Amino acid sequence: MATAERYVGGGVLRKEDPTLLTGQGSFVESITLPGMVHVAFARSPYGAARINGIDTGAAANAPGVLAVFTGEDLAGEWAAALPMAWPVTEDIRIPDHWPVARDAVRYVGDAVAVVVAETREQAIDAVDLVDVDYEVLPAVVDIESARADGAARVHEQFDSNDCYTWTHTNGDVDAAFAKADVVIKEHYTQPRLIPNAIEPRAVVVQPTPAAGDFTVWSTTQIPHIAKVLFALTAGIPEAKLRVIAPDVGGGFGSKLNIYAEDVTCLVLARRLGVPTRWVAGRSEGYVATIHGRDQIQEIELAADSAGKILGYRASILANMGAYLQLITPGTPLLGGFLFCGSYGGEAYHFECTGVFTNTTPTDAYRGAGRPEATYAIERAIDALGRAVGVDPVEIRRRNFLPKGEMVESPCGLAFDTTDYETNLDHAVDLLGYEALRAEQAERRARGATRQLGIGFSTYVEMCGLAPSQVLGSLNYGAGGWDAATVRILPTGQAEVVTGSSPHGQGHVTSWSQIAADALGVSFEDVIVLHGDTQVAPHGMNTYGSRSLAVAGVAVHNACGHVVEKARRLAAHSLEVAPEDLEFEGGTFTVKGVPERQTSIQEVAYAAWTAHSLPEGEEPGLTAHHVFDPPNFTFPFGTHVCVTEIDMETGQVEIARYLAVDDCGNVVNPQIVDGQVHGGVAQGIAAALYEEARYAEDGTLETSSMLNYLVPSAAEMPVFELDRTVTPSNSNPMGVKGIGEAGTIASAPAVINSVVDGLSHLGVTEMTMPATPERVWQTIQNAKGGAA
Amino acid sequence: MIPAPFEYERATSVAHALELMAQGGEDARLLAGGHSLLPLMRLRLARPTLLVDIGGLDDLKYVSGNGDAIEIGALTTHHEIADSHELGEACPLLTTTAAQIGDPQVRHRGTIGGSVAHADPASDLPTALLAMDAEFVIEAVGGSRSVAAADFFEGPFMSALGDGEILTSIRVPVSGASGVYRKFNRRAQDWAIVGVAALIGTDGGAISSAAIGLTNMGGTPLRAEAVEASLVGVSGADEVAAAAAQVADIGMPPGDEQASAEYRLHLASVLIRRAVGDVLT
Ligand SMILES: Cc1cc2nc3c(=O)[nH]c(=O)nc-3n(C[C@H](O)[C@H](O)[C@H](O)COP(=O)(O)OP(=O)(O)OC[C@H]3O[C@@H](n4cnc5c(N)ncnc54)[C@H](O)[C@@H]3O)c2cc1C
Repeated sequence: MATAERYVGGGVLRKEDPTLLTGQGSFVESITLPGMVHVAFARSPYGAARINGIDTGAAANAPGVLAVFTGEDLAGEWAAALPMAWPVTEDIRIPDHWPVARDAVRYVGDAVAVVVAETREQAIDAVDLVDVDYEVLPAVVDIESARADGAARVHEQFDSNDCYTWTHTNGDVDAAFAKADVVIKEHYTQPRLIPNAIEPRAVVVQPTPAAGDFTVWSTTQIPHIAKVLFALTAGIPEAKLRVIAPDVGGGFGSKLNIYAEDVTCLVLARRLGVPTRWVAGRSEGYVATIHGRDQIQEIELAADSAGKILGYRASILANMGAYLQLITPGTPLLGGFLFCGSYGGEAYHFECTGVFTNTTPTDAYRGAGRPEATYAIERAIDALGRAVGVDPVEIRRRNFLPKGEMVESPCGLAFDTTDYETNLDHAVDLLGYEALRAEQAERRARGATRQLGIGFSTYVEMCGLAPSQVLGSLNYGAGGWDAATVRILPTGQAEVVTGSSPHGQGHVTSWSQIAADALGVSFEDVIVLHGDTQVAPHGMNTYGSRSLAVAGVAVHNACGHVVEKARRLAAHSLEVAPEDLEFEGGTFTVKGVPERQTSIQEVAYAAWTAHSLPEGEEPGLTAHHVFDPPNFTFPFGTHVCVTEIDMETGQVEIARYLAVDDCGNVVNPQIVDGQVHGGVAQGIAAALYEEARYAEDGTLETSSMLNYLVPSAAEMPVFELDRTVTPSNSNPMGVKGIGEAGTIASAPAVINSVVDGLSHLGVTEMTMPATPERVWQTIQNAKGGAA
Repeated sequence: MIPAPFEYERATSVAHALELMAQGGEDARLLAGGHSLLPLMRLRLARPTLLVDIGGLDDLKYVSGNGDAIEIGALTTHHEIADSHELGEACPLLTTTAAQIGDPQVRHRGTIGGSVAHADPASDLPTALLAMDAEFVIEAVGGSRSVAAADFFEGPFMSALGDGEILTSIRVPVSGASGVYRKFNRRAQDWAIVGVAALIGTDGGAISSAAIGLTNMGGTPLRAEAVEASLVGVSGADEVAAAAAQVADIGMPPGDEQASAEYRLHLASVLIRRAVGDVLT
């Protein structure tokens, strides 16, 4: 009998890479169509202004220009304003958000006119000639000034800049606080971040006027959701739309949206009857693509004298920006269940108020609400440790939720599977914690220029965004299922059609591993099709670390159905009962009669010829499965950051970074490591480098990579990675998700490390990003205070 | 982004370039490595009507020395300078400075002439050249002249170069002093928030000569003259620190989103102390 090669868990190389690394990928920007015209957007240079008039004459007469449209010109094209799919409360304020502004602009970058030209260069040149008569108005850019008395209002029709307030309570919080020996209250800010996918956004639309249908190539993470929402926004029957996400160069949530440029190119293709194309510039993307984070947080912990937490209160203000994009209001609430982290307690209260400002809208950015929540609880637990005189490792141990299944968190959710202490113990061992503390003490005693800090983050996160019913109860506008079709072709290869839409995650590789094992075919013989609504009609796409735990499991289950059918057909051809067959390595063998066997490829061929099928069986060897899991998954882990702080300059260097993650069963270790590397890098970026800044008038000061500091590989430490494995019970593969864990875990580990490194000076606070000057100033203040 | 429309000409000689520049008028610009000019054009902060590309003038790419001085052709790249054995021996300050510019791509494209002509106060090489008392050789339609580094830099992005003039070479005296460039930035490939070029001669463990250049501490590269004077004769760490603190003598540096004036001044004194310390140990 053939011994099965197992691919899941093994170190196969990514199938995608040869194509991408040799420049043979196909990206939206490289699509050219006959007769294609190029679109560029004139954008507001003001944070807030009334549009008194737009003179498009000079632009229209510029070389190569075919047409110029204002928001008024396009008003008749829309069946609906840009969609917002998560009305989190009954009384949420939802301003109309037209793709091209009509009478007012509300942030720098708001589109005011569209130029269509023969080349992209001509379109961009003519944008300079669009003459807008603006009446500049006062702008509000930050949460606090937007909520101050007499603040300028972003939307005149609302009597304040508050968008909604959402609350969630579990247990008797006041009682928990009343009996506490210790209460700590901490305030944190989450700087605004600008997502930086390596590929800027782009869209190409091909109309077939005679048929009334459209093909849209978009740099999107969500072709299926986009198809529905493009249809509703442009008033095109959904069945007339085909959306294709070809190779997409990263998203991090920034391509999980329905953008003005995409739908404008769609309606222009309809109006002009020719293919249209728009490609963002990097700085254009900085204002015209969603931003992330931007919160003010207050967190309170009530504990007994030993530091055991009884209750939690978290109250946050979240900057929405000027409009609500696809899931702007819901994004901070994804963190609403994580302010208790991996810890126990009796009660929890959370409230979040969304606030409009004259800035680019915020939305889901890698981690989406969970990095913010994790930052707050992981810093607060350190503060609690300080308050009761307990080491950061010990205070965590004292508060961990117990090991188990369906463990009730004070946040109100049941966590699939937990084993936090084993994970922390393993990290502490790998770290050599005691030796590090000794070195820290030695450096302090010596008054070394470079002091050592050790910071922990024992995160838990909530991903595999899924159970449709739960999402429905939160008023989220879509389901949480995902779909797969698996078929074995007559010549023996397996085609896997997936509803997830990879843009760097390596689904083609991982899904090939899953299918190869389940079907007993070779890894090379699995072909994965995705990202085209005509090829893969069903899907809920890729975000929220959901792909493996939902869509990957759908592939696994669909393969199971294929094998069941194959077993019936094999039994028919071998003239035995299905139960009499063993299936191993792609071969059905009659139990006890090893010479009587047939391969799954032979079965597929027989199913295709259909010459002799059992009674009632349809031809073909194919199965479709839609998986809607019963619960989220809750990956967890311990991240430890060791920093060296230059006490003279304030510069922080990461000396070591250790991550012990638990994402359940692992399909591809290399891909998991890669996700952790990138995720941690993004968290380090937030902790030490990146911060979008607006001037008071609404100008984005960090408008390019020159002053928005995306760190490079040179700034990153060598990542020390390991894992514990606690399989999930939310799906039959026992998998969790790892796409965002690194980002969720890392920022607090870094900042806790900086605070720890300065704690001998009495420092307890540090704001992100911990820039050299901020750290230096903190040291100066602390020394001044001590003297 | 895409630059505003412009004309492009490739010069075949310095004389040809001068002629093209004269024809092009005041909105013509020379293009060397393009690593300062093109980013500005892409952001449409610079909108030259004509680019005269001198990148192909290989006779402006050289390093040649006669013992007392070294001459470097204006089109010599940062990488070629960092990699030059001859320069490493004669002017180590220059090679270590060039090695700290940007990233490898930048160093392979950017030229010393472009860096000097651009006169960005945040650039590294101008500071080192100022500390070394370099001279800049300039060709104009009417003939050539040479300007001392101390007279060349006039303000942010402003220099003694006139319209249509070409910087052809840089002459650096060979002093035998040790050179260290200390650069403070947040990302490896970034411009200096503060940079310090130290050219230190020693005699029997004490400092016999000191030239200290400062990057991004004013509108032009600066010399920290008070520090230089105090360093001579010094050998101990405390004395070096005291001398370094005299950097405040230059007055208040600019403050911006990268660093406040106070912090910049503090950084400069730390970097001077460390740079001089590097030489003494
Ligand atoms: C990502 C990045 C990072 C960088 N980091 C640093 C850094 O850390 N430190 C640093 O110092 N620099 C840095 N630079 C700038 C780089 O060193 C430039 O190459 C240099 O400043 C200009 O040289 P160039 O040959 O590219 O000049 P160009 O860009 O071609 O020209 C610059 C200007 O000088 C003029 N010019 C050029 N050559 C001559 C000449 N021979 N005579 C007269 N005028 C001339 C041009 O007309 C133009 O106005 C960086 C650049 C980039 C893109």
